Amino acid sequence: MEFILQFIWFFLWGLLWALFFMTDGYDFGVGALLPFLGKDDTDKRLMINSIGPLWDGNEVWLLTAGGVTFAAFPQVYAVMFSSFYTPLLLILFALIIRGVSFEFRGKIESAAWKKLWDTCIFIGSVVPAILFGVAFANIFQGLPLDQNGYHGNLIYLLNPYGILGGVLFLLWFLEHGALWLSIKTPGQLHDRSVSAANSIWFGLLGISVLFLIATYFYTPLYANYLAHPILFIVPLITVLSLLGVKFFLLKEAYFKAWFASALTIVSATFFCIIGLYPNMFPSNIDSIYSLTAHNASGSQLTLTIMLIVVLIFIPIVIGYQAWAFYMFKDKLSVDDLDYEEAY
Amino acid sequence: MDVVLLSRLQFAAATMFHFLFVPLTLGISVLIAYMETQYVRTGDETYLSMTKFWGKLFLINFALGVVTGITLEFQFGTNWSRYSAYVGDVFGSLLAIEATAAFFLESTLIGIWVFGWQKLSKKAHATVMWLIAFAGTLSSIWILMANGWMQHPVGYVIRNGRAELDSFTAVVTNKFGILEFFHMVSSAYVLGAFFVMGISAYHLLKKQHIEFFTRSFKIALVFGLVSSLFVAVIGDMHGVHVAEVQPAKFAAMESHWETTTRAPIHLIAIPDEKNEKNLIEIGSIPGLLSFLSHHDFNAEVTGLKDIPKDERPPVLLTFLSFRIMVGLGTLFILLTLIGWFKRNRLLESPNYLKIMLLSIPLPYIAIEVGWVLAEVGRQPWIVYGLMKTSDAASPIAGSQVLFSLIAFILLYSFLGAVGFYLIVINAKKGPVLE
Ligand code: HDD
Ligand code: HEM
Ligand code: HEM
Repeated sequence: MEFILQFIWFFLWGLLWALFFMTDGYDFGVGALLPFLGKDDTDKRLMINSIGPLWDGNEVWLLTAGGVTFAAFPQVYAVMFSSFYTPLLLILFALIIRGVSFEFRGKIESAAWKKLWDTCIFIGSVVPAILFGVAFANIFQGLPLDQNGYHGNLIYLLNPYGILGGVLFLLWFLEHGALWLSIKTPGQLHDRSVSAANSIWFGLLGISVLFLIATYFYTPLYANYLAHPILFIVPLITVLSLLGVKFFLLKEAYFKAWFASALTIVSATFFCIIGLYPNMFPSNIDSIYSLTAHNASGSQLTLTIMLIVVLIFIPIVIGYQAWAFYMFKDKLSVDDLDYEEAY
Repeated sequence: MDVVLLSRLQFAAATMFHFLFVPLTLGISVLIAYMETQYVRTGDETYLSMTKFWGKLFLINFALGVVTGITLEFQFGTNWSRYSAYVGDVFGSLLAIEATAAFFLESTLIGIWVFGWQKLSKKAHATVMWLIAFAGTLSSIWILMANGWMQHPVGYVIRNGRAELDSFTAVVTNKFGILEFFHMVSSAYVLGAFFVMGISAYHLLKKQHIEFFTRSFKIALVFGLVSSLFVAVIGDMHGVHVAEVQPAKFAAMESHWETTTRAPIHLIAIPDEKNEKNLIEIGSIPGLLSFLSHHDFNAEVTGLKDIPKDERPPVLLTFLSFRIMVGLGTLFILLTLIGWFKRNRLLESPNYLKIMLLSIPLPYIAIEVGWVLAEVGRQPWIVYGLMKTSDAASPIAGSQVLFSLIAFILLYSFLGAVGFYLIVINAKKGPVLE
């Protein structure tokens, strides 16, 4: 019973991260594209307002992923977040400045003021995108962890495979954000977004292939797949949906392209999570020091109660977030910016 | 550098900064929801302008509340990893439930409220604001249950070398947390009310938008009066409970050294921790302390001397915080009572209006020192009676924490200054009349 609960929780944990990447991912992408696609203030405001109503709700997936790690795998929460002290705080600081920038930017009519917050939005989007990739890639590889804890630092994490992970995440989010802008923005901005999505796609494809190959050499992630080949269906979905992105882009079906991109992100996350199982924070010194779903979990009672909570609330959350998404799915127009509450 | 000390400073800075924004969110969201409902019910456009004007201030404040909350969610892991590993099985679930049940609701609905004026019916839009207020309250229930558990741990067993959950019901019905919840939410309402009254007073003193700000003032006044009374009543109950379960904190709050019956309260006292006595004690009222702690003038009250030295909290800080909070709490009741009698002659009472304008910072001070009392008074325990703060910090290098602490201070000072500035200019600008 306990084993099953831990098993379920491991994949719920993966699901929360996947949903976070899928939802806040396009916000990061839009923020990272801001200096490149936004030619003037109107463009920039359109870009910011395209994610304006949704980014805050999206970010909560991160808080939930964090909270659930704490509740279901307290040992992992403790070791992972203290080991990644500096990168995690960099991510959090970046998220802080990104969050306030949306609210502050439009409050004073001055070019220098807006420039300041545009820069903050850019940094606040690029830094987390890359660092999440670096952190997860390092988890896939294993970390220098022994009975005295973790022996690494930020520089240690910036190894080739870690950097590759960072680049991959950044490209995912750029593509996802460019597709979002293709849906939401009008006119020339729309055209630029579409062509950005088209060109980023090639980079994403190249880096994804490289990552899949590098994963074979740098990490043990394929072991679970070789033991159960049926699981290869998950990376197959990733590949197909990535091709689907291009297909729908060429057909100018931007919603479908965005959903294909969302599916790419979710299935790619699951590809990694399945390969990682049962490890959550593996040691590359000796596997007896690895934290796994089965040696680092909470008690059976906590897992059960939290499962009930999550099974009730997550569907409700998805319900009202889908409602919000539907409400704000329409293309923005320049007139929408006259709306007094707009950013 | 000492990791524990640095981590304590960092945690204190991060939570206290977060808590500059949270109470206004909680308090003013209720007032805004009420104003919007009045608009829906009466169709009176002034209420719509009120909703939008206070709504704008609310949103600036809200943005700061949200972003400063994000770091807190992770700080238990980054800085208090031993604590997290030891009690996470009980404590972590409360935080996770807060995120799933409350944060999602609040953050998603805020977007809908801000951008949804034309997409929703008036009624639905007002309902969204009520739900936002509700979600904020919900979030405080869970976080205070978590804090209540640290103050007075219940419903756990020590197993597998850590505290494991034994009874979820006991944890969520913990009296300490429930008292904290009611006391904290009502103090947030006081703060929201004083904020609205203070800014209204500014404009009334300038004789501008008189109808608009008289109405805002009166709505906040009623809310503030009721809440101020409620804060004091719950605070008194809270004190009794503290005396029961945290005798060391209670003794430090009152700087009470000898265990005695008919224990007195001194109107003025200066604690002298070194010599374990008070330097001066003026205006003693015999038996009052016994009464406040046990609702019985003859009850025995434990003194600090009967508590081992290494289990005593810092006395001076705890004592002063408590004094300041209670003093301000009494003042709030007085100010709102005076306001009640002057409510129909506000324009003729410029002195009162000036006082109300200058009073805006006072609830902020009360609420922060209240937390200092609760958290510093809990020392040296991180979980009262179960785990010491000194055993709780992460096994990381002090330099890392030093750098992050400096980064926190720089970033937060900057954000605080910008946020303050934006709130001030928008508050001064006054409403756009519909
Ligand atoms: C506007 C703010 C405000 C005001 C006017 C008061 N309080 Fe308070 N008090 C708080 C804001 C606050 C707080 C910041 O919200 C605390 C910190 C922890 C908590 O739950 O509430 C608190 C804590 C707190 C505690 C410590 C609880 C603990 O250790 O956790 C006691 C005993 C009281 N209060 C008692 C009072 C009394 C008798 C008051 C009489 C008027 C009073 N408070 C007014
Ligand atoms: C938002 C209002 C709060 C404020 C202003 C506040 C303030 C403080 C302060 C001043 C300290 C340092 C005390 C010291 O070390 O001497 C502290 C410590 C701490 N608080 Fe709070 N606190 C708040 C709420 C909470 C809540 C809700 C929790 C738990 C859910 C919490 C958990 C902690 C922890 C874990 C520490 C560090 C360990 C310690 O120093 O004991 N705090 N807080
Ligand atoms: C008495 C203490 C606290 C109360 C009543 C409280 C309440 C709230 C409320 C109402 C919000 C909504 C935003 C806002 O109000 O501006 C918020 C935001 C947040 N709080 Fe606190 N908080 C407290 C302390 C803490 C602590 C100790 C943590 C750490 C676990 C925390 C984590 C967060 C997070 C992560 C957010 C952002 C949520 C979002 O994105 O919507 N809070 N808090």
